[in-house]
Amino acid sequence: MRWPGLTALLILLVLPHFLGSYLLTVFIFIFFYAYLGQAWNLLGGYGGQISLGHAAFVGVGAYTTTYLAMTYGLSPWIGMLIGGAAAALLGAVIGYLGFRFGLRGFYFILLTVAVAEICRLVVAHTDALGGALGLFITYTGDPWQFQFSDNRYYYYIALGLMLASMGTVAAVERTRLGAYLVAVREDEDASEALGVNTFRTKLAAIVLSAFLTGVGGTFYANYLFSLQPNTAFGIPLSVEIILRPIVGGAGTLMGPILGSFILSPLAEVSRIYFARGGLSGTHLIVYGLLLITVVLFLPRGAYPHLRRALERRRAHHG
Amino acid sequence: MTVTLLGQAALNGLLFGGIYSLMALGLSLIFGVMRVINIAHGDMMVWGSYLAFVLALRLGLDPFVSFVLCAAALFCLGLLVQRGLVSRVLDAPHEMQILLMLGVALVLENLALVVFGPDTRRTESAYGLATVWLGPFFVDVARLVTFVLALAFALTLYLFLYRSDFGALIRAAADNSYGALVVGADVGRIYTVAFGIGAACVGAAGALMSALLPFSPATGFSQTVASFNIVIIGGMGSLFGAFLGGLLVAVAESLGAVLMAPSLKELVSFVLLVVILLFRPQGLFGGKTG
Amino acid sequence: MPLLEVVDVQKRFGGLRAVAGTSLTVEAGEIVGLIGPNGAGKTTLFHLISGFLTPDAGGVRFSGEPTLGLRPHALCQRGLARTFQIVKPFHGLTVLENVRVGALARTPGFAEATARAREVIAFAGLEAKTDQLARALTLAERKRLELARALATEPRLLLLDEVMAGLNATETEHVVDLCRRVNARGVAILLIEHVMRAVMTLSHRVVVLNQGQVIATGPPAVIASDRRVIEAYLGEEYGERDTHA
Repeated sequence: MRWPGLTALLILLVLPHFLGSYLLTVFIFIFFYAYLGQAWNLLGGYGGQISLGHAAFVGVGAYTTTYLAMTYGLSPWIGMLIGGAAAALLGAVIGYLGFRFGLRGFYFILLTVAVAEICRLVVAHTDALGGALGLFITYTGDPWQFQFSDNRYYYYIALGLMLASMGTVAAVERTRLGAYLVAVREDEDASEALGVNTFRTKLAAIVLSAFLTGVGGTFYANYLFSLQPNTAFGIPLSVEIILRPIVGGAGTLMGPILGSFILSPLAEVSRIYFARGGLSGTHLIVYGLLLITVVLFLPRGAYPHLRRALERRRAHHG
Repeated sequence: MTVTLLGQAALNGLLFGGIYSLMALGLSLIFGVMRVINIAHGDMMVWGSYLAFVLALRLGLDPFVSFVLCAAALFCLGLLVQRGLVSRVLDAPHEMQILLMLGVALVLENLALVVFGPDTRRTESAYGLATVWLGPFFVDVARLVTFVLALAFALTLYLFLYRSDFGALIRAAADNSYGALVVGADVGRIYTVAFGIGAACVGAAGALMSALLPFSPATGFSQTVASFNIVIIGGMGSLFGAFLGGLLVAVAESLGAVLMAPSLKELVSFVLLVVILLFRPQGLFGGKTG
Repeated sequence: MPLLEVVDVQKRFGGLRAVAGTSLTVEAGEIVGLIGPNGAGKTTLFHLISGFLTPDAGGVRFSGEPTLGLRPHALCQRGLARTFQIVKPFHGLTVLENVRVGALARTPGFAEATARAREVIAFAGLEAKTDQLARALTLAERKRLELARALATEPRLLLLDEVMAGLNATETEHVVDLCRRVNARGVAILLIEHVMRAVMTLSHRVVVLNQGQVIATGPPAVIASDRRVIEAYLGEEYGERDTHA
């Protein structure tokens, strides 16, 4: 997988020179959602603990950074790490409560949804954080404030984030945490009997996943220049996050990437061709249909099937 | 904060609770029989509401009459969803089932958005503004009728499940699907009908609710969460628990709205959900856990 | 000091007393067979020893230390490994990845653990299947995988729960041989088994459980002709008959 990967990377690196502003934005969202999806993938794909409330981590990261920037002028480059840490803390709380009390499967999903909604409602009622109207970032174009005049900077940052998340997951795959994570996903009892501290393993996964997602929150806030509790903490964002790895292949390194390259263009197309007169929501119908299709016909996501098809082709020709 | 005020709030809640009970009954039945967690529940309910709305608009049908039609329509939808989709993932891991139903929820909710638009609606009803006095309390006639109809629906369901042959089959399949298979029951058909009935419950609830509260496509999600709240409190798989839970939650919500800011009400229900999840996920009436 | 001491352990589920005052010991390097009719409480006892269940009364000591409150993974770290009656392979992982999880218990380094896993796979005779997904294995291979995985944790005591159930004669012979070789490495084994021939040939000592209590213990030859044991398995008349014959 070396040469195709490097070629693809090279293409992505030089692409901005050939793309207009609109397409650039599309790619920025592909990379960004791939990043968030990869962060989710650690807990949901590798760890097998499905969360439908990951938007909470985005929101916590985003609001932390933005609040610190607006109140203390703290650079988002530093605020990013604090936001990530705050999200990690929330993750630790959810993980501790959920795993200590033995919540699995649907009950754990419900817990994540409830926590995300609680965060949303609390923030919406907190005036210091802008309440329901949210926060708005004034444009200064100052790179130190994570603001750039040229879209291409955001492109490379988003690309960097995506690559960093891939690197992190690839690294985890080769450590004890990674091996333990998938073991816990497959069978918790058997894992325990083999010396795996399943509680600590799952907790590590959610904390790491939350941290990465929280860092992404900073990008989210500073790219959109505004934050609303309903969008930052809401279920639609959580759904966007999980769709990439689920469609692309949960528990695989390339899954979220592939998923994002499939979903974002699809969403754009349906937005353009179906959403006449500003009808939002059609791309969500497409998402829903895609989700149904994947569950019924490609339960492990697109990537495992793709890889098998490629291997079969190679065996034929080789 | 007089007792009368609280009593009024409790009464209002109780009468509204019939709808909650229906919602929860449908969800509990589906889970109890085939262990499927219907995340699309609230969005199915919204379609029940829209159907009642359209029937009232185009045919002048009062929702307190048309709710039967809405139930029937949603019954058919339930049959289709179960036959076409759910039946294929009955043996798959729970997470896959949940994702499937999430897909269905997305489709249903956004189809409603595309067809009807994002504005909130409310179904016109002949009893719209009438009130009667019941001792020191005044009662919304619409609310009262809703309660009676919801109760009647629940009672019919009870009679069906506990007095008819097919109902016995459904209960048998819920108890032990292998056992039911062994005695030659067509488990596939039982599941399909059970899912349909669950959808019918929620269709009726949606139709009845549409006369009392404004709704929009976005209402679906909060109805789903409310349903799960109730079912978890009452006990997953316990029909009695679902019914009682619906009344309890409605009364609690009504009292809550009086005692604190309405916007905090949602927050309280989520916190309550977390507490229940942590300390008693099997609900107040035991019942089978996932 | 015995490696494992089970002292008067009790466990009830609702009204059912699954384990009603059981005591047994396992010395280092021993192979002890645990037999008894179905429902005698053998697997429950395993759960109690390995930390999956907590006794209502009585205690378990491993290497002299009480095990109360220790989760299974902690016991595994101390050298107590177990297999399950219904095998639990990590279906989506390869044989190597399966065994590596066990190896990581004592060898935190990823590369070293992988190497150790390969050794254990070879020892267990599963080399040909190293990169196969666990879900593609036959039952006999899965049983061997289960054993190999537990072995990779470098235990001092291995609890085997009906590791020969469902195997044909040849496969059973292989597992018996594997158990002997494991024991030759110094690992004590406590095995629940219904395949009598295997238990009797493998075990140094046999413990017989019935209705949650130990009814006999001793060398295999003595146990085989013990009236109480025969009674427990076949009913009273057979017990009478056999001793008179």
